[in-house]
Amino acid sequence: MKSLVRAFIAIVTISIALLFGISYLNAAEGYSGDNTLTIFNWGDYIDPELITQFEEETGIKVIYQTFDSNEAMMTKIEQGGTTFDIAVPSDYTIAKMIDEDLILPIDYSQIEGIENIDERFLDLSFDPDNKYSIPYFWGTVGIVYNPDLLDGKELTSWNDLWDESLRNQIFLADGAREVVGMALNSLGFSLNSTDPAELAAASGKLQSLMPNVKAILGDEIKMLLANEEAAVGLVWSGDAAEIMYENEALTYVIPEEGTNLWSDNLVIPKTAKNIDAAYAFINFMLRPDVAAQNADYVGYSTPNAAAIELMDPEVTEDERFYPPAEITDTLEYYDNIGKANLATYNDIFLEFKMSGQ
Amino acid sequence: MKNNRFARLALIPYALWIVIFVVAPLVLIAYNSFLDIEGHFTFANYGKLLSPVYMKMMFNSFFYSLIVTAVSLLVGYPVAYFISRTKHKGLWLILLILPSWINLLLKTYAFLGILGTAGPINAFLEVIGVGGQQLLFNDFSFVLVSTYIFIPFMILPVYNAIEKINPSLIYASRDLGASNWKTFQRVIFPLTTDGIMSGFQLVFIPTLSLFMITRLIAGNRVITLGTAIEQHFLVTQDWGMGAAIAVVLILVMAIVMFATRKIIK
Repeated sequence: MKSLVRAFIAIVTISIALLFGISYLNAAEGYSGDNTLTIFNWGDYIDPELITQFEEETGIKVIYQTFDSNEAMMTKIEQGGTTFDIAVPSDYTIAKMIDEDLILPIDYSQIEGIENIDERFLDLSFDPDNKYSIPYFWGTVGIVYNPDLLDGKELTSWNDLWDESLRNQIFLADGAREVVGMALNSLGFSLNSTDPAELAAASGKLQSLMPNVKAILGDEIKMLLANEEAAVGLVWSGDAAEIMYENEALTYVIPEEGTNLWSDNLVIPKTAKNIDAAYAFINFMLRPDVAAQNADYVGYSTPNAAAIELMDPEVTEDERFYPPAEITDTLEYYDNIGKANLATYNDIFLEFKMSGQ
Repeated sequence: MKNNRFARLALIPYALWIVIFVVAPLVLIAYNSFLDIEGHFTFANYGKLLSPVYMKMMFNSFFYSLIVTAVSLLVGYPVAYFISRTKHKGLWLILLILPSWINLLLKTYAFLGILGTAGPINAFLEVIGVGGQQLLFNDFSFVLVSTYIFIPFMILPVYNAIEKINPSLIYASRDLGASNWKTFQRVIFPLTTDGIMSGFQLVFIPTLSLFMITRLIAGNRVITLGTAIEQHFLVTQDWGMGAAIAVVLILVMAIVMFATRKIIK
């Protein structure tokens, strides 16, 4: 009994000491109550030097947390108990978050630099007049591939993926909208289709792709493609840029049947505690020099037209990653198709995955 | 009398813990499993589990779990036996436990490198003239990595069971003229069945609900019930369906526990 009490006291003492240690360290670094900004962003989606620069310029301390899917991010904000001041959802998720009243409207009297943003990326269907969101990065979904591993073969369309020469050569990103959308596009349908006949056709077409699919992967798809574990990948353009940076043999193509155009946007969740800091951060990210540096680091395409002026033309004139308006006009954003339709997409995707077993 | 009251009081924190963190979540899971995506009451989730896609998934999960358990036993039993017969048991056991101090995700990622087309195993196969093989993203890699991760949970209970055997029983068997093999077959093995059973529970049940490895190592070419639960909660947000699968999984686990316990007694 005595040793039990002693052990108990020891644990409590150590815990209290650790607690003091943490709060001391936090205070020493300037993290205290109302002086912090909590950002909830995708992994590896900002230049860490910019966070330091922001902290130095404003005296605000940044707490940076990451998520790996829109759905996981939204679930966390929905459940409450979080105090994110900034989040970075994608287009269709913004529509959902507006519907469910999870984000605050933007007060434009506090915003500086919105005029830097290319008009192509403003006033879109998921958030008319940008009442709730400020564009951060944008891109497409497409095919990254390694011509060296395909005897110099050139891929230009989704339908090329069904070619028999690609047996067991394709990695797919693990996303229902992306993969089902690809099948819909390959058949000439809209990637927002909710027509049962079109979806059934897409499902059938998708299952016939299975012999060519080597794996369906998450973030590790970048490393594995760069390591030449497979020749072809269905990926987001920014991931493609990263893969091509690692392995110059690869190239990226926006399929000619059309594909998804997406944008990730800064929003202020309803649970925000430090709204002033959130505005300071949005204005900081809108600055051309900051946006240019960030795009340079992250590798995705910036919607900030003023920043593009400052960037290496070799990057910004590359139509694979900065397609001109003639191309982006033909691409589609994901609509918020509603829970029931989304469930159908998920069922098709699951059936597709199971068909490989 | 007084002592009894103290014991009851002392039980309160634990009882609270059980209610809040064990009973309440189970009730919530069961409740959720009767809700559709719009939050209306339904039995449809369970109906859906009987559809070919989910039946196939369930069948697959059991199939792979059984294989992983069987391989763990086939490899693990001799290892446990060997350790119990060595001089430096402590050292061997530490070597066995050591990998479990390393984060699961890191170990899994390491296999991506080891089994990759440019990895050491393929390099070796090239050298001996077999030629490169696709080792990742198939049943083989899934079973290999799962077994690697769970095998200590088979070895340890079996080892404990072997250690617990009274040596005089083995001497007696030898004195009565039984060969080494006969002794193993008639004395040692029967006395370790409860070790095997707890090893079975410790390997089979977690393997059923594995996820992550199914994506990283098997590239979603193997989909277990665990993967489906993870997808439904985090990606498709069909919590009802995820909960229904979880309920079925819990029931199956209960049955497995019950069945394996019965054999022990």
